[in-house]
Amino acid sequence: MPISDVSSLLPLLVAIPLTGAIFSVLINSKHGQVLTGLLAALSLVLVICAILLGLPSEGLQSTAAFRYPLAGWQAPLGIALSLDGFSALLLTLTTFLVTVLTFYSAYYFSASPARVRFWPLWWLLVAGINALFLSADIFNVYVTLEIIGLAAVALVALSGNKAGLTAALRYLLVGLLGSLCYLMAVALLYHLYGTLDFAQLAAKADSNPLSWAALALITVGLVLKTALVPLHFWLPHAHGSAPAPVSAILSALVVKASFYLLVRFWMEILAPAVTNDALMLLGILGGLAILWGCIQALRATRLKLMVAYSTVAQIGYLFLLFPLLMSAEGVSESQLAAQHQSALAAVSYFIVAHACAKAAMFIAAGNIIHSLGHDDIAKLQGMAKYMPLSLFTFAIAGGSLIGLPPSAGFIAKWLMLNVAIDTHQWWWVVIILTGGLLAALAIFRVLDLAFIKPEHASEQVVPDNWQKVPVAMPLSGLALALCTMALGFNADLIIDLIMIGGGE
Amino acid sequence: MTQAMLYAVFGIVLFGVGLFGVLAIAHVMKKILAINICGVGVFMVFIANASSGVAADFVPHAMVLTGIVVAVAGTAMALSLVVRINALEQQEEDA
Repeated sequence: MPISDVSSLLPLLVAIPLTGAIFSVLINSKHGQVLTGLLAALSLVLVICAILLGLPSEGLQSTAAFRYPLAGWQAPLGIALSLDGFSALLLTLTTFLVTVLTFYSAYYFSASPARVRFWPLWWLLVAGINALFLSADIFNVYVTLEIIGLAAVALVALSGNKAGLTAALRYLLVGLLGSLCYLMAVALLYHLYGTLDFAQLAAKADSNPLSWAALALITVGLVLKTALVPLHFWLPHAHGSAPAPVSAILSALVVKASFYLLVRFWMEILAPAVTNDALMLLGILGGLAILWGCIQALRATRLKLMVAYSTVAQIGYLFLLFPLLMSAEGVSESQLAAQHQSALAAVSYFIVAHACAKAAMFIAAGNIIHSLGHDDIAKLQGMAKYMPLSLFTFAIAGGSLIGLPPSAGFIAKWLMLNVAIDTHQWWWVVIILTGGLLAALAIFRVLDLAFIKPEHASEQVVPDNWQKVPVAMPLSGLALALCTMALGFNADLIIDLIMIGGGE
Repeated sequence: MTQAMLYAVFGIVLFGVGLFGVLAIAHVMKKILAINICGVGVFMVFIANASSGVAADFVPHAMVLTGIVVAVAGTAMALSLVVRINALEQQEEDA
């Protein structure tokens, strides 16, 4: 079995985007940067396909994670990259979204002077995200968090107006604070266990006050970066004022990166220090996030702000993972492991469904802003006639966010409801369904306006300086939206992938 | 209480002071300073870690160096954003 072959491909996932970033600085011309981008995206796709093909098939589910010790140094001194089913899924998702968004950005920034600064930062961000998903070392994770943080802040600041810069500054301060909390926990863990490696920590970790303190610091730091209510205050403005492709990747992937780490720490590295009360607390915050995010989305007056608040709600669904991990009395270890598997499968589905749908929505919103120069929801009356593709994309992606069948969002909610009922936690069912209803209200409010004719014929929907967007822009959004549908029909693909390497 | 313990405790105190500063003070420059104080607290805990063995452990030293580089980069970025925002505010007032 070609284990070593797969492992030796792992560094490429970081090296390719870094090379892309360097070449985007060196080659300053418009076509050169786009060409570099497309080449980098293409090679990422090839590498990820090779990795997926090299993964073991179903019979080998118990295979441990693939490891690649950088420069041959073994842990605890060396830094390893590792890959299991969960990270393979997120890396595939990243590669797919980055490819579509790179294509979109090539058109989005074609006439903008911000292009020169966009491309290097874009590839730096991708390198950071890939490195984070591959890291098997808690300090290396801190470095990747900072690469992601600094690149993301610079990308938010690209708009250059006062609102964008203020949002970027707040995002930066929140990010730095979150990373420092995390770094303090790294110091505590190194003091306690003398290693930084994920697997070695997981083997050594036990339940003691310092471990609890470390887990609490990690959780506060990462929850701040993931923007769970009540620490979500920075997200709507940062995601709402960035350029469209940036908003898309921030909502689709960057918040998921810190969530991925939370899952690693709570389910694997510091699992012995986790208590049922703590799991419940995260679940309650998640439930609050669903309701609060949906209500704010309903009240938003700008389209992008509405989509950003919907991200706050969707992050809430992800945190329902934690109460579903609670062990009830009289449950055997194998039953608990099966329960963990199905909870993780449901949340992974959520991550993928939300990433595709939210990226599609931000692309649609970006097209509307590109054409009209604003995204005031009240002034979108009758827009469907002028931008049918973008509004169609918005509607399909919205259907997935609401959880309408046959979308991926529906399957994700269905899986999650199943686990909630199996573990006798019926109250989450109420919250999940209420969240779906509220999301439907928010999305139909926009669609309703867009598809009706203006009340007065004289009212001018489309301003004089209306710009038609190149057809590739709405098409890339549509491709993502259709993906949420395709994933709704192929539920097994994702679940099989999660199971590789123990799934945790 | 050993010297290393003293460093660790003061590091945690500094971290707390910085944390309080970030949350309680509205002034943005002071917030940036507070985050740096927070960072220094974390670095002191790392240094205390390094000396707890018989010989000095070099892994925490490497981590502190990386942490300092990140802190400098973050601070520089925050300051440049503040400068740009102030310039935009100045333009608005002039207009």
